[in-house]
Amino acid sequence: MSKAFFQVDDLNTWFFTRKGTIKSVRDISFDVSRGEVLGIVGESGSGKSVTGMSIMGQIDEPGRIVSGSISLNGEELTKLDFEEMRRYRGNRIAMVFQNPLMTLNPLMRVRDQMYEAIGAHEDVPRNAMHKRCIEALRAVGIPSPEERLNAYPHEMSGGMRQRVVIAIALLLGPDLIIADEPTTALDVTIQAQIIYQIRRQIDERGLGMIWITHDLSTLSELADRIMVMYAGAMMEIGTTEEIIGGARHPYTRKLLDSVPSRNVPGEKLKQIPGNMPSLMALGEGCPFASRCERVTEICREPVPATQLSDTHRIWCLHPFEN
Amino acid sequence: MFSFVLQRLVQSVIVVLILSIVLFVGVRLIGNPVDILISSEASEADRLAAIVALGLDKPLWEQYLTFLGNAVRGDWGTSFVYKEPVVGILLQRLPASLELGLVAFVLAVSISIPAGLYAGLRPQSPLGRGIMAFSLVGISIPTFWQGMLLIVAFGIALPILPVGDRGQLATHFGITSSLWTLDGWSHVIMPAFSLALLKMSLLMRVTRAATMEICRLDFVKFAYAKGVRNRKVVIGHILRNALVPLVTVTGIELGNLLAYGVITETVFSWPGLGKLLINSIKVLDRPMIVAQLTYTALLFIAINFLVDILHMAIDPRVKSVLRRRES
Repeated sequence: MSKAFFQVDDLNTWFFTRKGTIKSVRDISFDVSRGEVLGIVGESGSGKSVTGMSIMGQIDEPGRIVSGSISLNGEELTKLDFEEMRRYRGNRIAMVFQNPLMTLNPLMRVRDQMYEAIGAHEDVPRNAMHKRCIEALRAVGIPSPEERLNAYPHEMSGGMRQRVVIAIALLLGPDLIIADEPTTALDVTIQAQIIYQIRRQIDERGLGMIWITHDLSTLSELADRIMVMYAGAMMEIGTTEEIIGGARHPYTRKLLDSVPSRNVPGEKLKQIPGNMPSLMALGEGCPFASRCERVTEICREPVPATQLSDTHRIWCLHPFEN
Repeated sequence: MFSFVLQRLVQSVIVVLILSIVLFVGVRLIGNPVDILISSEASEADRLAAIVALGLDKPLWEQYLTFLGNAVRGDWGTSFVYKEPVVGILLQRLPASLELGLVAFVLAVSISIPAGLYAGLRPQSPLGRGIMAFSLVGISIPTFWQGMLLIVAFGIALPILPVGDRGQLATHFGITSSLWTLDGWSHVIMPAFSLALLKMSLLMRVTRAATMEICRLDFVKFAYAKGVRNRKVVIGHILRNALVPLVTVTGIELGNLLAYGVITETVFSWPGLGKLLINSIKVLDRPMIVAQLTYTALLFIAINFLVDILHMAIDPRVKSVLRRRES
């Protein structure tokens, strides 16, 4: 694997509300290489989306990146002001959102929403913009792109709209694309097509991707590496084989057990009992302790990372043996 | 598009017809104008003569048809009080009301939309909170009270603005208005602000609420994620989408400003339609009342039509719904 061009180190993103501080992201570190898909998996509230928005520099009040570093091609992003960060957004780092029905402005033609993305970063004549948009739409498998360019979002299906969004993300040839549950709102056949097209773009262009999802089965097809998050913290990170085939963390195991296709047909789906702890009242120790079967007294203490292989890291004092 | 316009025209005619019947009958219920117009010492013969002269001896349906026939030909009857054609009196008063209403409208819109937008974008900021506090005050104070306060403050205590009347008039391009002269402006600005205050406050709140709602939506976050400049996101995405609800509310407010300036016109003794309407109702000047209320109805129909056209221009989804209904 080529060297990482994108790195996140000890990222902390907290929200300072009246009721207290919500520590949505705590000490997250990972990297992404060219041509690589890093999957981030976790339940809702695990901090995976906040991680994505932190990278985009789009954390809204009362939230803020408290500490840590995010660097792209050696450039530190957390130190940039709004205008400097704006130049990165959409240009070097692009984002795809979860719900394609909500991502496009309903009052603007697809063309204008695409032109706007190019115009924000480059001074290009209209016919050149037009050509680039057509190419981008074709690249994600949109039939008759000329027509689509003149359409309004409501004239297209959800799958088509998500392709448009992905085309917009690809428009400026970014280094990194963050996709926050981009196929969750789509039906399974469309999901498979879009995943195929995205994978092709990643391989062809050698860009890096962070794929945020709660769906481990999608990741097993698409991702090169998987990072498991729980209650704002990292639980386990490793290659897809290491996670899907040889997860060592009790939480990852539970997560894998709850994937429907891995259960015996007709049997009840396996759930993880209990709820995620409040992000305001986290102790020093492992956040999963309250729901974990293997919990002991030492789990209340801070848990150090254990390096299992070059790629496999885990935050657990009682991991499963392989 | 064409069939939409046609459909709306037919609808409008029906609405006006129904309204004219309701008005015609309703006005009869308020009281008998003969009692007011004739002195209490008049003889029975004088009384009957007056009834015949006003055409009140004929059956109601005949009176209505006569009225309708005349109205279509532009004759809205003769005022019981002024003994002049109603249309002439209306046209004479109309410019005063229009200029007051329009100035108030421009004031309301040009202040409330930027202010509401700002308050929606930065709800926690001191200025954002200040704008909300201002709008709360604007909504809470009764119009006649704040009008009197304004007169006391800027007309008497700090006498920088004249009170009452339209001031100096001038005629340009065939329009006689006080807005052509500086003196006219000094007369109109205070009543216009007084009239605008409530609408301004309402529009601020609507704009703020719409802005806050839209800011949460994904397409705004996506626009920022594309790297679009802040100003462009605010104007091209947030404000543009906020216009959809705003146009509706603004249209209604425009109608209200142009037609229901009654209180403000009374407080500032502004020689407009509002004062005329109140006086006409007091003396049961039936043709005057009917003509004015019909004018109001036509005004609202026209504004609603304009609002629909604007909606189509702003929101492509409206157009496609219409297209689907037509096919």
